[in-house]
Amino acid sequence: MEVDRKLLEHVAEVARLKLNEEEIKKFLPQLKELLEFFSQLKDINTDNVKPSFHPVELKNAMREDKEGQCLFQDDALSLTEHKKDGYFKGPRAV
Amino acid sequence: MSVKEFIEKIKNQEIDIVEHTYKLIEECREINREYNYFNTISEELALNQAREIKIQLKQKNGNIKNKKLLGVAVSVKDAICVKDVETTAGSKILKGYKPLFDAFVIQRVKEEGGIIIGKTSQDEFGFGTFSVNSAYGIPKNPFDKERSCGGSSGGAAGLSQKLGNHIALGESTGGSITAPASFCGVYGLCPTYGRVSRYGLVDFANSLDKIGPIGKTMEDAALLMNAIAGYDKNDSTSLNAKSENYEKCLKKPIKGMKIGIIKEAFGSGVEREVEKNVYNGIEELEEEGAKAEEISLEIPIKYGIATYYMIATSEASTNLAKYCGMRYGKSEKLEGSFNEYFTKVRSGNFGDEAKRRVILGTFARMAGYRDAFYLKAAKVRTLMINEYKKAFKKFDALASPTASILPPRFEDIEKLSPLQHYMIDVMTVSPNVAGLPHLNVPVGFEKNLPVGMLLIGDHLQEGKLIQLGSAIERGE
Repeated sequence: MEVDRKLLEHVAEVARLKLNEEEIKKFLPQLKELLEFFSQLKDINTDNVKPSFHPVELKNAMREDKEGQCLFQDDALSLTEHKKDGYFKGPRAV
Repeated sequence: MSVKEFIEKIKNQEIDIVEHTYKLIEECREINREYNYFNTISEELALNQAREIKIQLKQKNGNIKNKKLLGVAVSVKDAICVKDVETTAGSKILKGYKPLFDAFVIQRVKEEGGIIIGKTSQDEFGFGTFSVNSAYGIPKNPFDKERSCGGSSGGAAGLSQKLGNHIALGESTGGSITAPASFCGVYGLCPTYGRVSRYGLVDFANSLDKIGPIGKTMEDAALLMNAIAGYDKNDSTSLNAKSENYEKCLKKPIKGMKIGIIKEAFGSGVEREVEKNVYNGIEELEEEGAKAEEISLEIPIKYGIATYYMIATSEASTNLAKYCGMRYGKSEKLEGSFNEYFTKVRSGNFGDEAKRRVILGTFARMAGYRDAFYLKAAKVRTLMINEYKKAFKKFDALASPTASILPPRFEDIEKLSPLQHYMIDVMTVSPNVAGLPHLNVPVGFEKNLPVGMLLIGDHLQEGKLIQLGSAIERGE
């Protein structure tokens, strides 16, 4: 696995991050070192082992299909200046 | 005066709660000027709560005297939502965010008469071991201001050491309760995953985050734990299991309890002064009648860091996707396409460590790498849980140092690479990956700096940890 500038910029783009030159110079060797270290996991035999996505066994938690209290529209909109006619206003989509 | 005695005096109106709270807020301001333990001091909320308690005491309202935290100051790690009080989780991207609701634990503290005094400083979103990765003030160690409080609940732990009649709410993903508790010489209890509701917590990693108490005494931590533990329908991962009366565990004898000393957690890489004090702590337990013997736990110590960081960064990278300059938090002028806008807000407002972790986690989940990194780590997690579960068939608790080093100087922290930084978490990451309750117990001082011992228990066995922690506290 080659961790190079191209891969770093691609991953950053997927994560909606734009890295400047200084950040690329700083992060690239750091990420190389980290991923090499994390690769040690391949030394452990995990044949026939199921992955754990939680540390304890969990069951699907369902609630009753009943109306409950929710946020009022004005409250939900109160934390942003980007709103219009009772809606959130976002950036251009197309 | 202990917190318990203080509550009695409040109940009997020997102390005026409003006057007391006013003075306490002043004291917080003074401490904060020197040590940076707060991101926000919630004076208005605290005084309003105090006035309300005073009125209810005067009117002798029904159950006011049964409240478990009556008049006690409770500080809140900044990642936990308090209604109308700025909640930033240490990040610039949440600057100005005032939640519209209280987290479950805050509802519980308020119901029990606890007074919310403010939001404590931390690493951005909990991303750190020394509380230096913050967009705001960096907390300083209460024993030496040139040194770190540990992290990421650094402000919470430092304040617990400095301020009387106070208990702190901390939060841990990979050791963020016990590590700072160790560096600040206080008791930090990270509960079983799901024991305390995460509703209203600014997520770091959903399968790892736990809220827990930090107190100057074992009793303080147990009092707050009693108030916050329990089922919550608003958290789908909340455990529907009966919680113990943790206060009652304080005085239970420990005779016959079995302690496993984790072999790989001692020796190379651990400072000798730390080791010596932890062994003293174990001896203390033996004097009280516990039996200790060595146990080998290879996967948790050798592969814990890699497993933890792969899972934690993967989950963090998805959690942080919601910060995009819409609906709440930092926003910019609406310009460009949605991709350009989101990228601008995120690139300009996440700190270095947040960016690093988002990139690592995105990478670990990407097609082509997912099996080798994220899924592999989730499988090793299963092996790790199995290894612990086997150990708990024989032992009541497992012991190791909480941190392998004494609290480091800020100038030395600056020299660490990210990997060296992550390696400091070696003792605490694995119980977090396995969702096991763990406790920091102060066991001594070296060079005027505190040393902590880590006790790990089986799922839902917080009570046993409190029993053991209390025995060491009595022995000192």
